[in-house]
Amino acid sequence: MAPRTLFAKVWDAHVVREARGAPALLYVDLHLVHEVTSPQAFEGLRLAGRRLRRPDLTFATVDHNVPTGDRSLPIADPVAARQVEALRANARGYGVELHDLDSLDQGIVHVIGPEQGLTQPGMLIVCGDSHTSTHGAFGALAFGIGTSEVEHVLATQCLVQSRPHTMEVRFHGMPGAGVSAKDLILAVIGRIGTGGAAGHVIEYTGAAIRALSIEGRMTVCNMSIEAGARAGMVAPDETTFAYLRGRPRAPHSAEWDRAVGRWRALASDAGAQYDHVVELDAATVAPQVTWGTNPGMVGEITGRVPDPAVLPQEDRAAATRALQYMGLEPNTPLEGIPMDRVFIGSCTNARLEDLRSAAAVVRGRTVARTVRAMVVPGSQRVRAAAEAEGLDRVFQAAGFEWRNSGCSMCLGMNDDVLGPGERCAATSNRNFEGRQGRGGRTHLMSPAMAAAAAVTGHLVDVRTLGAD
Amino acid sequence: MQPFTVHTGRAVALLRDNVDTDQIIPKQFLKRIERTGFGDFLFHDWRRRPDGSADPDFELNRPGAAGASILLAGANFGCGSSREHAPWALVEFGFRAIIAPSFADIFFANCCQNGLLPVKLRAADVAELARRAEKPAWRLTIDLVTQRVLDRTGFERDFPLDHYRREMLLAGLDEIGVTLQEELRIAAYERRTASLRWGRAG
Repeated sequence: MAPRTLFAKVWDAHVVREARGAPALLYVDLHLVHEVTSPQAFEGLRLAGRRLRRPDLTFATVDHNVPTGDRSLPIADPVAARQVEALRANARGYGVELHDLDSLDQGIVHVIGPEQGLTQPGMLIVCGDSHTSTHGAFGALAFGIGTSEVEHVLATQCLVQSRPHTMEVRFHGMPGAGVSAKDLILAVIGRIGTGGAAGHVIEYTGAAIRALSIEGRMTVCNMSIEAGARAGMVAPDETTFAYLRGRPRAPHSAEWDRAVGRWRALASDAGAQYDHVVELDAATVAPQVTWGTNPGMVGEITGRVPDPAVLPQEDRAAATRALQYMGLEPNTPLEGIPMDRVFIGSCTNARLEDLRSAAAVVRGRTVARTVRAMVVPGSQRVRAAAEAEGLDRVFQAAGFEWRNSGCSMCLGMNDDVLGPGERCAATSNRNFEGRQGRGGRTHLMSPAMAAAAAVTGHLVDVRTLGAD
Repeated sequence: MQPFTVHTGRAVALLRDNVDTDQIIPKQFLKRIERTGFGDFLFHDWRRRPDGSADPDFELNRPGAAGASILLAGANFGCGSSREHAPWALVEFGFRAIIAPSFADIFFANCCQNGLLPVKLRAADVAELARRAEKPAWRLTIDLVTQRVLDRTGFERDFPLDHYRREMLLAGLDEIGVTLQEELRIAAYERRTASLRWGRAG
């Protein structure tokens, strides 16, 4: 057999039916469900009198619209409450396991899947959420789908998909101190653009990826969608197995050994061909920060806001519009731009390591008086683990708010929103206009960089600040 | 799903690249549990000023735009969030087709699921159509049967769409119903892979 990529192996193993010139019917191993993109799918199922084919492969949580404040209070927004209640009713009615607001297992859907060991190498995972690409960090093929497709998976446990192209993003060298997984992926998006990987599944390779923890790999795969990719993947290795071992939903005992044997065989074969290859030198990547209104509008913290007049013709109009929205002048040094808010959270960067890296910068310092800063852990288990090592006290002593888990200000569906003109250093994934609140201005960066912005009150190169 | 065969209508141009689904339907309108009720909020933050009044500068608010059923758009249209609320809002607002140089993958699939035809044409062709659309009496025809975009003054281009999507749209087929006919194959796959499948442990 010809050498195959990781992607091809996972794809081929899930084909229920594939005919030449037609999209494949693929089997879904794990279907994650949340409150915002599922109610219409369950309703469609009900109206057609169809059953949910595999409730045992379907897992639900509430994350997008939920409040991150006091969990003992009812949800104040009646429309949001109705949406959460709809998921509860659907989970009950169809026998789906739901990690509800009062559960220690509640959290952002892309944080709790891995945390519980539901996410495993070689799986095909879908969810009505574009950041499903996160799960590719385990060597799973994981991608976001629309609500009609959610309904299709509920009814059939299958999905009709055209085979995407493949792209290898290969990192040479190792990143320097203060440069994180977030900086690597922002550098990729800056290079290829926000639509640069459309129609492709990316496999990330190279020593810099191998050296990342599973959490770092999740950050990288998470933002594959911001480059337009269908999915992002990293071949599973000892790091992956060590993370999964002993997790509640991971295989155990003899089953574990058999599973690891299969997982080892998933890595791309020597000589496997990708449709495109992009190469980056990790050693030259500096901490990144976005200046515009999509994640491809990004630069090094040591640089300046670009001047649209000197950009390629096709980028000028968008850059001009972005700078107007962002309230920035061309050629302004990025370092020194004052921040009003800091948001440490989201499925991109709200796992334990992210909070540790932010806390290392915050420890012994205080949030600038002009800044309102918050930490929203990615799951209630992340929150508990962070509290067990005292990170909550570090953040709170410095003046951060310490919240319950949810998507929160990444998309501002709950009360956590920016006001018009407010400028925010955010560890999330999208700096689109109005994403965090109408008129809000988002700068994306790593947790350490966001923490540095919180304590100085402005964008700053975390490498010059030092961590304890 | 509403079938799409041939459609003739007015077009409005929104020639910005990388228009994301957060712009098409902002998050504050995603809390509904129905498939309807989104059309009024299409491009909300661009269509309406903070006080709620219409922004006359926005492309869809210009005098010639009323009643348009074809949207001429920029590259990578529909990027970002997977929210199907975006095509729901576009359809409810009155659009039957979008013509753009490229579409984001999830958005493209979501359009096809809702009878909203995504048509890929070269950027220069989209720009040419935008020029022609400035004439109030101009109408554009999109023919999915022949996979052509044409007007009465000589514009004529073929557009690509895979056979499967085309058949689904032409017939307005229920994709779930089609897949359910594969029950034997699905069940056979499940039996074949059962020993590999992680089960609900504990």
